[in-house]
Amino acid sequence: MNFAFSEEQDQLRDAIRKFMEAKSPESEVRRLMETTEGYDPAVWTQMAQELGLQSLHLPEKHGGQGFTFVELGIVLEEMGRELLCAPYFSTVCLAANAIMNAGTDAQQSELLPGIAAGETIAALAFTEPNGKWDASGITMEAKGTGDSYTLDGEKMFVIDGHTANTVVVAARQAGTSGEDGIGFFVVDGDAKGLTRTPLATMDQTRKQAKLEFSGVAAKPLGDPAGGWSALSKTLDQAAVCLANEMVGGAQKVLDMAVEYAKVRVQFGRPIGSFQAIKHKCADMLLEVESGKSAAYYAAWAAAEDNEELPVVASLAKAYCSDAYFHAAAENIQIHGGIGFTWEHPAHLYFKRAKSSEILLGDATYHRELLAQRIGI
Amino acid sequence: MEFVDTPEEAAFRDEIRTWLSEHLTGDFAALGGRGGPADEHGWDIRVEWEKLLGKDRWLGLSWPTEHGGRGAGFAEQVIFSEEYAKANAPARVSFFGEGLFAPTLLAFGTEEQKRRFLPKIQSVEELWCQGFSEPNAGSDLANVQTRGVLDGDQWIVNGQKVWTTLAHRAHWCFCVTRTDPESEGHKGLSYLLIPMDQPGVEVRPLKQMTGTAEFNEVFFDDARAAKDQVLGPVGEGWKVAMATLGFERGTAFLSQQLAFQRELEEIIDLARANGAIEDPQIRQELADSFVGVQIMKFNGMRMLTSLVHTGVLGPESSIGKLYWSSWHRTLGERAMHVLGPAGGIVEGTPGDAGAYALSEFQRIFMFSRSETIYAGSSEIQRNIIGERVLGLPREPR
Repeated sequence: MNFAFSEEQDQLRDAIRKFMEAKSPESEVRRLMETTEGYDPAVWTQMAQELGLQSLHLPEKHGGQGFTFVELGIVLEEMGRELLCAPYFSTVCLAANAIMNAGTDAQQSELLPGIAAGETIAALAFTEPNGKWDASGITMEAKGTGDSYTLDGEKMFVIDGHTANTVVVAARQAGTSGEDGIGFFVVDGDAKGLTRTPLATMDQTRKQAKLEFSGVAAKPLGDPAGGWSALSKTLDQAAVCLANEMVGGAQKVLDMAVEYAKVRVQFGRPIGSFQAIKHKCADMLLEVESGKSAAYYAAWAAAEDNEELPVVASLAKAYCSDAYFHAAAENIQIHGGIGFTWEHPAHLYFKRAKSSEILLGDATYHRELLAQRIGI
Repeated sequence: MEFVDTPEEAAFRDEIRTWLSEHLTGDFAALGGRGGPADEHGWDIRVEWEKLLGKDRWLGLSWPTEHGGRGAGFAEQVIFSEEYAKANAPARVSFFGEGLFAPTLLAFGTEEQKRRFLPKIQSVEELWCQGFSEPNAGSDLANVQTRGVLDGDQWIVNGQKVWTTLAHRAHWCFCVTRTDPESEGHKGLSYLLIPMDQPGVEVRPLKQMTGTAEFNEVFFDDARAAKDQVLGPVGEGWKVAMATLGFERGTAFLSQQLAFQRELEEIIDLARANGAIEDPQIRQELADSFVGVQIMKFNGMRMLTSLVHTGVLGPESSIGKLYWSSWHRTLGERAMHVLGPAGGIVEGTPGDAGAYALSEFQRIFMFSRSETIYAGSSEIQRNIIGERVLGLPREPR
């Protein structure tokens, strides 16, 4: 038994942290969050070319480096720490995983190299205005046969849907319900009949779009009627990725809170010497460390692709959602009035914590899913 | 990251499994693993069982071989605890001796002291109790007022200890005592080893909210201990006591999540049986407890990895203590939710106060209230985490 990162993995973390600190300082986060696109194409290219981040866990035969979810988790944790504004989660953690889980070898070799090279931004469009994260939420129907389908309907809350070159869409065969008849379909971002509307997001550091499909031509990705298990697995893998991203942000807000508690003086002493503040920080540490344990273990299970993945994915998503939000909220409380201002970064993390909590289903949703998965 | 046994670990695990399957039979197997170190259920059978463990050196597993142990490292200790819990073997009676005193003795004792005390712990001929808390020294443990005065070749001890778990079963007490009458706080304390069977020691049971009396008050009235029955240097008892507390908060509890997991499973079974499992709120609570106990395991594995690499368990052990005691308390509350109105009825006869008896779930519900208090209250743990892990300033004193 050895529950620690290897020396190589620690070195990877160091390299990513340096890059994120250099490329995603608060000033850049604030600049990019005000834009519609929400990312810097030059940094996106550097991420691919200098660090190989988009290709990290993709198979070598499709232009990837063949690393695992453990390394991917490290990258996401460091991105979460600095609130990197980039279509990374959508492209790598959602779309690329869906392509790997559902696509044939030929489809993967067509779609993945562009992602690996940083040339393709991809999105996974599965949620709809009903806001559901499970199979019942997918009502959009795909009509057609063979290689030729058309899509009509609306997808909502699509992460980076407005900037993606490639959109992987989850839709279902007419007359099916639940987990039956669901398939993936690939459309170009600028496809005829596709109207993409960027949404004004509460968390400005992660962009979302509404995608309206009107007779959009689409190619099936894998089995056009038997894709649920691939989608379910993709969502589990993405939940693991998100849990790792969240603990990065949670550690950062804990660091901010502790630092401030040491220097802010009231009643003639640092506020961190008061138990009211000290105990808040202690609870935050307990939750952040516990969140890391869950997120790291889940990353390992995803890397092994073992039978534990569904359980630990929901477990990690549930715990880290609560832990990050709690830490981000306490960080504001400990900062007092300054923590409530627009100019202080506390709200950026608070909002990211909330949007991450919602994304892929909140803690309540995942606890129920977990209950079902462990046979409760 | 690697979560499977090395070949050596797997062989060790096999050895334990084989031993348990051969020995855990009859009355021992029937007893099951219920209760904790403070529970007296099936006491005599558990003592007999413990002697078997000692005879084959499972008690004393971590001790050096020259002291009768197996020289097992942290990983082996955890493997042993895992297999022990999986086999549902009886709750241990030597927790205070083996779990708290022995590691302290090995760290601070003289060779002579080790040879005097370790064999008797292993043979279960001598049980120990922990003389730390006093009426005016709870969280402020350094305010100990029990006094020890050297009279020739003996310490004469006067004072009172409280919350002394299983003192009525113990043969010896490791006792934080003020041996410098001029001293205050954590200076001037010594870690005395006091025999319990003597005229100067009186043990009075403390009936708890559970209706049982695992805790005691211990009164020392000119109690005596031999001059050399002090662990570590005279006046350095605080340091020794802190080491004991480190063991109490750390390694001793690294693998108890398996027993907790079993309790959760029993509560889930009950919820299935009485229909509470259909309630969405109960489902949330049970799933959350499952999340919590799994994370306890993950945290334990991370802590163990760090322990194996660095050899020391730092103030981070406070995170573990705070975590498990809070989790268990919540589990007890949730068990009561699952029980519903049945949770409000205890065994016993109305009008007969002595017959007040709790079910296992009610016992968890109540006994867990003590767990966020003993071995350093949750508030003390938060102070330790805040000051020694996060580096926040101390409270001005």
